[in-house]
Amino acid sequence: PPSSLPSPTVAPDRVTVHFINRDGETLTTTAKEGESLLEVVVNQNLSIDGFGACEGTLACSTCHLIFEENVFQKLDAITDEEMDMLDLAYGLTDTSRLGCQVCVKKAMDGLTVQVPMEVADLRKGLEVGKQSK
Amino acid sequence: MIFSCWWLGYPFLSMVCTHVPEGNIHPSVSSISKLLSTAALAPQICIVGSGPAGFYTAQHLLKHHQLAQVDIYEKLPVPFGLVRFGVAPDHPEVKNVINTFTQTARSDRCSFYGNVTIGKDVMVEELEQAYHAVVLSYGAEDNRILGIPGENLSGVYSARAFVGWYNGLPENRDLKPDLSSETAVVLGQGNVALDVARILLSPLDTLRKTDITEGSLAAIACSRVKRVWLVGRRGPLQVAFTIKELREMINLPGTRPLLDSADFTGLGDAIKDVPRPRKRLTELMVKSALETPGEREAGRWASATKEWGLKFRRSPLEVLPAADGKQARGVRLAVTRLEGSGESARAVPTREMEELECGLVLSSIGYQSLPLDPSVPFDPKLGIIPNSLGRVQGVPGLYCSGWVKRGPTGVIITTMSDSFDTAQSVLEDLQSGVLNLSDTKEGFKSLRSVLHSRVTPGVHPVTFSDWEKIDAAEVARGKLAGKPREKIVDLQEMLQLIGH
Repeated sequence: PPSSLPSPTVAPDRVTVHFINRDGETLTTTAKEGESLLEVVVNQNLSIDGFGACEGTLACSTCHLIFEENVFQKLDAITDEEMDMLDLAYGLTDTSRLGCQVCVKKAMDGLTVQVPMEVADLRKGLEVGKQSK
Repeated sequence: MIFSCWWLGYPFLSMVCTHVPEGNIHPSVSSISKLLSTAALAPQICIVGSGPAGFYTAQHLLKHHQLAQVDIYEKLPVPFGLVRFGVAPDHPEVKNVINTFTQTARSDRCSFYGNVTIGKDVMVEELEQAYHAVVLSYGAEDNRILGIPGENLSGVYSARAFVGWYNGLPENRDLKPDLSSETAVVLGQGNVALDVARILLSPLDTLRKTDITEGSLAAIACSRVKRVWLVGRRGPLQVAFTIKELREMINLPGTRPLLDSADFTGLGDAIKDVPRPRKRLTELMVKSALETPGEREAGRWASATKEWGLKFRRSPLEVLPAADGKQARGVRLAVTRLEGSGESARAVPTREMEELECGLVLSSIGYQSLPLDPSVPFDPKLGIIPNSLGRVQGVPGLYCSGWVKRGPTGVIITTMSDSFDTAQSVLEDLQSGVLNLSDTKEGFKSLRSVLHSRVTPGVHPVTFSDWEKIDAAEVARGKLAGKPREKIVDLQEMLQLIGH
C-alpha cells in the first residue's frame, strides 16, 4: 500500500524522475506532484524527439513510455481510449503507458521510465489505411 | 544541461550543442551559428511539400544540425497538407501538431514558400542545382480508382475528393456531392472510410462547432443520408481502420451499428494469438455485434434515426445506373471467399452476386502518389519513389519522406518516425561527405529569378508570415460563427488577402 504521510524531511512537492532516452542516455529531472509525465518533459525542456505531438489530447501515441513492472502495477487504471492509442505505439510492451495520462505522485520519487526505441511499427502488420487487395 | 550529439565529427559544433528547444534558438547558439554560417559550411536543404512529412523532416534537420538552412516549398498558398485538408474537422486534437510545425517555420533557418509548384514552376533539377539536398515529401495527391463500370456516374465520388470538399481543399470546393438519397455506400474499410461515414451521420450541432467549411455544412444540413454501409472485400479480421475511429463510430450520438452477428460468431479462436491491436479491434466489433448492449446504449440505439454498418466479403463489380443512365442507383457486389488467413488473406470473387441500393457511392480504396518530374525515379506499381532509408535510389542528394516514400498508410506517428529517419539519412550524408558542402549552393536566392520568369505573372511565393495573415483572417471569420476557423476555399481570395 502507498504510504499516506509524506516524509517531512523532503520538499513536499518535488519528485525526481529519470527518463532513459532512445539513445540510452538518462535524463534526470525534478517534477511537481500532479504534473503529467508529458508536462514534465515539456516544462523541463527534455530533449526527446517528437514527444507529445498532439499535446496530451489522446490523439497520438508519441508520448509512449515504458515503466518498471512494480511501478506499472501501482499506476491509476488505464482507460479504453488510452489503450486504443497505445495500440498504435511503436515498441508496445505490457508495461507501456502514455506519458500524458500518468500524473506524478509523491510515491513515485526516483521513478525511471524508458522512452521506447523505434522498433518496427505494429501498424505495418495491421496495414492501416490500406484496403484489401 | 548538456546533451551529447550524434555528429561528433564536427568538434566545433559539438561545443555549441546545448539543448535547443525546437523553434527557439538559444542566443549563444544563434550567434555562433552566424559566425560559422559561411556558404561553405551551411547546408542548404529544401523540402517539397509542407504536410506532416515535410515539417517533421524540417524539424529534425533544424534541431540536429545547427547551421542547416531549410526551405519548404508548397504548391498551395497555405501550409500543413493533410493536417489541414485530410484530418477530419471533428478531430481538432490531431491538428495540435500545427503548433510545433509553426515553431519550426518561425525558425530563423527555415523559410516557407507557398504557391510554388515543383515540377511546373520549378523543376527538380533546378532545386538540385540550388540546394545541397532535396527532400521530396509531397504525399499522395491522387486516389486509387476502382476500375469498374459506372464509376463515373453522377453520385459516385472518391472519398479523397469528398474529404477535400468538407475540409476546404480549393480543388474540391465545387464538388457539390449529391446527398439526396437515404443510403450511401462507402467502398473501403479504412480510417478514411470511417471519417466520411462519421461526417455523413454526425449530429449537425457537433459539426457546426468544427472547422468544416460553411458550404459543406450547409449541404450536409440538407442531407437525406441516414444509412451508410462500409463495404470490404475481406472479413472482419482484415479491416484497415483503427480502434479509436471504430469506437467513435460505435458511440456516435443518434446512430446505431448494423452488424451481422454471423460475421462475428466464432472469431474468438482466430484472434487468440494475433497482436494486441488487431485483437482489441476485433473484440470491440464482436462485443458490439454479439453482446446485449447496456441500458444506455440500448436506449440510444432504439432512438437512433441514422445507422451505419459493415459489409464483409463483398467486392464491387459495377455501379448501376438509374433509368436516366446518368445517376447511380446502386452497386453490384460479388460475394468473395477468403484464401489464406490473417493479414495476408486474399479475397476471391465467387459466382454469387448481390445488389445494394444507394444513390451515393464513395470509393475509399486508398490514396496514391503521383510521379513529380521525369528526372525523379518512380515505381508506378508500388506508387512510391524507390528509396533506401529515404535516399532516392540512384540520385545522390535526393531524398524522400512520408507517403511518397512508403505508401499512403499510417497515422501521424508513422509519418513522424519515417521523416526523422529520412532527416537522419541527410545528416549522415552531410557528415560523411556524400553531400559536398564545398560546392557553393545559394538556395532560394538562386531560384528567385527562375520563379520570376516562370510563375504566372503577378503571383509570388507566399511566405510563412503571409500564411499567418490568412490564418488570422480565417480564425476571425470562424469566431463570428462559433467555430475554430472558417477556411478560405478560394485561391484568389487567399492571395488577395495578402496583397498578391
